[in-house]
Amino acid sequence: MDTIPHQTATRRVFLTGVGSFLGIAPTFALRPAAATPASMAAAIREVVGEVAVHQGRVKLDIPPLVENGNTVSVTVSVDSAMTELDHVKNVHIFNEKNPQPNVVIFHLTPRVGRARVSTRIRLADSQKIVAIAQLSDDTFWYDSVDVMVTLAACLEDLRQWLAR
Amino acid sequence: MARTLINVPRKARRGEVIEIKTLLSHPMETGYRRDNVGNPIPRDIISRFVCIYNGTEVFGADLFPAVAANPFLSFFTVATESGTLEFRWTDDHGNTQTASASIEVV
Repeated sequence: MDTIPHQTATRRVFLTGVGSFLGIAPTFALRPAAATPASMAAAIREVVGEVAVHQGRVKLDIPPLVENGNTVSVTVSVDSAMTELDHVKNVHIFNEKNPQPNVVIFHLTPRVGRARVSTRIRLADSQKIVAIAQLSDDTFWYDSVDVMVTLAACLEDLRQWLAR
Repeated sequence: MARTLINVPRKARRGEVIEIKTLLSHPMETGYRRDNVGNPIPRDIISRFVCIYNGTEVFGADLFPAVAANPFLSFFTVATESGTLEFRWTDDHGNTQTASASIEVV
């Protein structure tokens, strides 16, 4: 009879072990984190600091209605002479609802001649896109566009996986 | 070696602002997707791009997973002198891919 308490004790230890494992495991599962308007604001603060960001001078060109979020053409142009004394240093693009708030950062020099850049991006949801330009006098200018997305990027594979 | 597509005018007038278009064939795997058995697909991103005109860096970009697959970039530069434009893409692991184009400035 001596061995029985010992056996139950080990079984109890084992069961609590299993229980805690099952309880904790889902929190470790990889989940696509989503950038929120708050995390976008935080990402912008990190670039801009406490300086005011003015509206204007920047033109963000992106279709307002996007059918496929996997490739969306974006063009940012900044009204600047692009001379040694007055030029655009950086152009940042941010988003609200992709897993990360940053999209791309362009580094421009006076040698660029014209402050206009294009690329193709992914959009996970209908959301606001913000472009911020940092000029050589360290002022910041922005433009933003609300984009509707019908087929989101990133999600189709997840849906396939859930449907299994 | 991934395929690159570069569009640079072969000839330009001195001081002319020319458009450059570049594309690199690359999956730009975000790291947020899963394969068909549910395992996460590891991140594989081109994180840095530079354009070097006769040894001077004229344009650069930091790319994040939100840039679409086969990263396309279009920008401008002033045609200052004849020579070569070098394009360099660097991924997360530090591997680089380069391409170049020559330009004649008259």
